[in-house]
Amino acid sequence: MTVFGRTASQLRQDIAAGSISAVEACLVTLDRVSSMNATLNAFNHVDADRALERAAAIDHRRAAGDRLGALAGVPIALKDNMCVRGMRTTASSKILDRFIPPYDATVVQRLENAGAVIVGKTNCDEFAMGSSNENSAYGPVRNPWNLDTTPGGSSGGSAAAVASRCVPLALGSDTGGSIRQPASFCGVVGLKPTYGRVSRYGLLAFASSLDQIGPFACTVADAALALSVIAGHDSCDSTSSTADVPDYTTALTGDIRGVRIGVPRAFVSEGVDAQVRAAFDRALDTLRDRGATLIDIDLPHAKLAIPVYYLIATAEASSNLARYDGVKYGYRSPAAKDSLKAMYSKTRDEGFGAEVKRRIMLGTYVLSAGYYDAFYLKAQQVRTLLRRDYEHAFESVDLVTMPTSPIPPFKLGEKTADPLQMYLADVFTVSVNLAGLPGVSVPCGFADGLPIGFQLIGRMFDEATILRVADVFERATEWHSAPPPI
Amino acid sequence: MSSLTIADVERIAALAHLELTDEEKQLFTRQLADILSYAEQLQAIDTTGVPATAHVGATAGVERADEPRPSLSTAQVLANAPDPAPDAGLFRVPRVIG
Repeated sequence: MTVFGRTASQLRQDIAAGSISAVEACLVTLDRVSSMNATLNAFNHVDADRALERAAAIDHRRAAGDRLGALAGVPIALKDNMCVRGMRTTASSKILDRFIPPYDATVVQRLENAGAVIVGKTNCDEFAMGSSNENSAYGPVRNPWNLDTTPGGSSGGSAAAVASRCVPLALGSDTGGSIRQPASFCGVVGLKPTYGRVSRYGLLAFASSLDQIGPFACTVADAALALSVIAGHDSCDSTSSTADVPDYTTALTGDIRGVRIGVPRAFVSEGVDAQVRAAFDRALDTLRDRGATLIDIDLPHAKLAIPVYYLIATAEASSNLARYDGVKYGYRSPAAKDSLKAMYSKTRDEGFGAEVKRRIMLGTYVLSAGYYDAFYLKAQQVRTLLRRDYEHAFESVDLVTMPTSPIPPFKLGEKTADPLQMYLADVFTVSVNLAGLPGVSVPCGFADGLPIGFQLIGRMFDEATILRVADVFERATEWHSAPPPI
Repeated sequence: MSSLTIADVERIAALAHLELTDEEKQLFTRQLADILSYAEQLQAIDTTGVPATAHVGATAGVERADEPRPSLSTAQVLANAPDPAPDAGLFRVPRVIG
């Protein structure tokens, strides 16, 4: 019996109906993970014993006639920056090489309460900093559609794990596009919820005003199902919202007649690859055919999102990553035994990779005396202008759409020499984090055999609308259904 | 503002507790100058009277009752430390002063 190609919703039904046991599903998954991982390097860590134990518990519940959760027996992978008690969690950094969390992230508790079976931790850019998964201390992830190509980043392992049908669901984190861009590059659905929709407790912090956890799935319905499980207020994260959590799966009505979709024509007209552009235009046609109304909008400050993002995110990162000092957990340099200060500095130089150091340096600089007003404060003010652009747009439209990435998936090594060029590829994703909005990337085409996605961006806490539109698009197209040729 | 020097990079590295190699200093001087020069386009934007956005959350100053709750044991806290002193319940570090 194979579980390949089954969605989380189907698998949950099969397990509840008894046509496959949770243990069988888990064994097949572990086998698939093990055979795929040799090629893809998508997982940093697999905990087969723990997964099988949890799966067996689901089978016992079923045998005993107990109520089964919304994800009972569904295998899931987590980006390696979320804490699972007793399971190695590294953020793909040497500095946390041997870190074993003493507690569970809130999303882990929620997933396991719903019966999900965590199979392991996925590779990512170190501390979620990157757009290609090449900044991992454990080597890059390969794109299942073309092994010489990046899966995107920073949640590249989660995207590749779902695309290669290792698992029907995975969680990632998205600070500037780290769920949506790899979803686009790997041909799967990736959802960044509204800031505050999902608790960040137990997520290793990168930029606290921007970080948000969200799901990867092969279908919009599965992403909606996963969001329904992980969303909600948490007293351990004071920024998590108390707003009610609807059942997102029931929002997928299949009807988008009269929905007003804003298209920022000027913003998407520059620097977009011709094949991405064509796929995006075709997606707009499909949405119009299904009854949506397309309305031209202007986001005049959106083109400034890259500098704003890289000043704010790095400033927050420089503060958040100060905790990695070789004292309480993680790596300590053996070289400096004589003074505490030297130990800190050597530990951090040896423990962090180049991109993390670059961002700590940039963030420290923009927060330092003499530069704070010119860079950090200025960026925060332009962030306000950007938010206002979206607020203004949402007065006349229900959602906004644009490509997820201006370029198709690129080759491994193609952009590593020039960090600024790598940053510019985030042009369509970062503004969504700066404004705190929900965004979902959905497959909408191929460029020379490599997936292309586009984004639907909603009002704060209106995941239901973007998921409904994404689902209608998915039903109308076949881009999501073909598995990669791996 | 974007004419970043090696001395600037050394000053920032010291603030960030990063002991960079000479190669890293050279590389970061060039790369950070590129990034900062790109970010200078923000200077052209008129932000007079525009408030800063530090976060987008609607909630501020969330409080909870000041009641003790279960927490990690000392052994759990020390379990990940590179140089724990479990008998004393402390993290051991190199010399702090002189």
